[in-house]
Amino acid sequence: MLSRTASNLFWMGRHLERAETAARLLDVGQRITLLPNTELGYQNEWNSLLQASGSSDMFAEKYGAITQENIEEFIFFDRANPSSVASCLEKAREAGRIVRTALTSQVWDALNVSYQELRKIERLPRAKLDTASLTDFTTSHTSTVRGAINATQLRNDGWHFMNLGYGLERADATARLLDVKYFVLLPRIEFVGSGLDTYQWQVILRALSAHRAYHWAYGGDITAGQVADFLILNGESPRALITSLYETVWHLEGLARRYGDGVPTSARDKAREVLAALQARDIEMIFDEGLHEFLSWFIQELSTISNLVHQDYLLGGV
Amino acid sequence: MSYYNEMFEGDRVRDPYARLRDWVETMPDDFRQMKQAEAEALFRRIGITFAVYGEGGDPDRLIPFDMMPRVFEQAEWRKLERGIKQRARALNAFLRDVYGRGEIIRAGRIPARLVYQNEAYEKSVVGVVPPRGIYSHIIGIDLVRTAKDEFYVLEDNCRTPSGVSYMLENREIMMRMFPQLFRGNRIEPVDQYPDLLRRTLESVAPAKCNDRPTCVILTPGHYNSAYYEHSFLANLMGVELVEGQDLFVDGEFCYMRTTTGPKRVDVIYRRIDDPYLDPLCFRPDSMLGIPGLMDVYRSGGVSICSAPGAGVADDKAIYTFVPEMIRFYLGEEPILNNVQTWTLWKDDDYRYVMENLGDLVVKEVHGSGGYGMLVGPKSTKEEIEAFRAKIQANPSNYIAQPTLALSTCPTFVEEGIAPRHVDLRPYCLCGDRIELVPGGLTRVALREGSLVVNSSQGGGVKDTWVLSE
Repeated sequence: MLSRTASNLFWMGRHLERAETAARLLDVGQRITLLPNTELGYQNEWNSLLQASGSSDMFAEKYGAITQENIEEFIFFDRANPSSVASCLEKAREAGRIVRTALTSQVWDALNVSYQELRKIERLPRAKLDTASLTDFTTSHTSTVRGAINATQLRNDGWHFMNLGYGLERADATARLLDVKYFVLLPRIEFVGSGLDTYQWQVILRALSAHRAYHWAYGGDITAGQVADFLILNGESPRALITSLYETVWHLEGLARRYGDGVPTSARDKAREVLAALQARDIEMIFDEGLHEFLSWFIQELSTISNLVHQDYLLGGV
Repeated sequence: MSYYNEMFEGDRVRDPYARLRDWVETMPDDFRQMKQAEAEALFRRIGITFAVYGEGGDPDRLIPFDMMPRVFEQAEWRKLERGIKQRARALNAFLRDVYGRGEIIRAGRIPARLVYQNEAYEKSVVGVVPPRGIYSHIIGIDLVRTAKDEFYVLEDNCRTPSGVSYMLENREIMMRMFPQLFRGNRIEPVDQYPDLLRRTLESVAPAKCNDRPTCVILTPGHYNSAYYEHSFLANLMGVELVEGQDLFVDGEFCYMRTTTGPKRVDVIYRRIDDPYLDPLCFRPDSMLGIPGLMDVYRSGGVSICSAPGAGVADDKAIYTFVPEMIRFYLGEEPILNNVQTWTLWKDDDYRYVMENLGDLVVKEVHGSGGYGMLVGPKSTKEEIEAFRAKIQANPSNYIAQPTLALSTCPTFVEEGIAPRHVDLRPYCLCGDRIELVPGGLTRVALREGSLVVNSSQGGGVKDTWVLSE
């Protein structure tokens, strides 16, 4: 497979995952606007969510006020925001267009339809749109693309590269979100049981589409330790760090098997090592070493794996 | 001026269209509109769009598709086929000759100046004979019809003719929307084209290749207006679609960068122009090319289709000599006519053209895509005078032809069905064999009365049928 093709498939996966992240952010942001705005705390929620996607400065500068219109515009439509749904879908479709020969017609069709529909929505008067329809639009289209990938793509190297993109992006998004909110998860006597506290945890879970799943997994009240466990170490949770990393390793193993001895496997080796390090911990150990320190380490390791993928496969061996 | 109508002769329906008459005449308006919308949605979904240079607006514009097919009888097609293959053989013989001994010039049949001083003549490949002596592997020949048995060649495209993906997709969409039409008519298939193309490319692999040849399509990139076609063909042939950045030269071969390391490339079907192929040999500012590629080509390490320099055969000034080439190289009489052409660098021709500008079509020698041309009878006095000034400034840049009475084919329009002018571009493949699929791309001028069929000028496309016997 051409290195450029692999690279585009990888980034297609990343951008589709990123579009979903943006849609969830939109959902959470909209919820925040529905709360009484006398509580400065809620505004901070929103800012920290934006920090996770690295765009809080841009929002403050360009929009300022946290209103539903501004949030929709920024998170969904704004092409100047590289993480907006529109930007991500456009980039994913562009990457797909470049490597069309590596996609099945169903995948291309789903990807292209999502972009055509996006353009239709962009032409509608904003007043006719509500936030729920925008998030539904995004999740339903990205799910269709993902479904088409899983149902129709050959299980070949291209499929591994797409899924590597998905996996690394997801791990990265969860880790970043946790990192900007890590202080909320630290057990602090004065907050326990206060409404604000529980609410903040819910925001995190919701931002990761995990608020219902959490209850199925743990039942009962939301506690900081369990939220962190669920999002970091619980292999049942689809967005947990360990799950995303496990899938990343699985796809790197697939590539290594397929390509054989002649091709370097430094990304696979590194990813295995990080996964083993994750598996060796429990949530108490992570709290003891410091949640922030742990997350910084993890984000750094992800970036190393990503660079190694680039070195091993995307430079064409020269 | 009267025009040959491909479907009707007075009230009588010509034989090839007999079965279509009922279909057209019984089709309710709302059904037609529904189907037209369906076709458009299909094209958009597949992503066949066409960017028009310099128009701005929607980058994903569709080329309008007309559902009314254009039909040839088997006998009509056989004759066209013979004529096209004859022309393709002559054009390749000409290229072999002008990059070799230049016999046709020594014999005084073509002026040396027109060949050796031609912009498209590539001095860097003089004496290099590509595999099987084939320079142009895919030749698109633009034909128009003026009467039952009268076809004229408007121009030859020896470099990288585009549009074949429309031929294939138009058929796919027609078969999907109107299967009953294909059951009732015996229509020759065209979908073997990608296989034939691949076989053609493999058959011209360089001598140094001793395994199954690796072929690729080289595209300028996804911003190119024909990118869809490049990826479509690569997909159907099962070959990689590469950009210049994916290829590199090492020693005597060319390689592509892959996830498993470098892989040797034997045949490049390039869809970029000569000047961009190799910055070391041609334009040093080309970002699209591969440094060192021409050295590999000249030493027989890679085949390039069409070969660099093939463009000298399809220039509008050389065009007038194609019948001469057929007589000179093949010893045959041309089966297809050339359009009478006045070359403005000759005094007599110049005088005639300037006196009759209002009746003629004037084209730039190196122009294409329907740009930079004057259609006298369809132009205003001001337009004609403005063009006259351009000609006076540089007469040798122009040729002129009579305004041909392009045949018309019934076409769905706003008010129902009406005749519109059409042309035809079949695609001839030259490798170990010379082949073409029965059909081609029919382009139709959708504006009433217009004779310009280029998609950049408001033209549309139709499915083209050849009926089997």
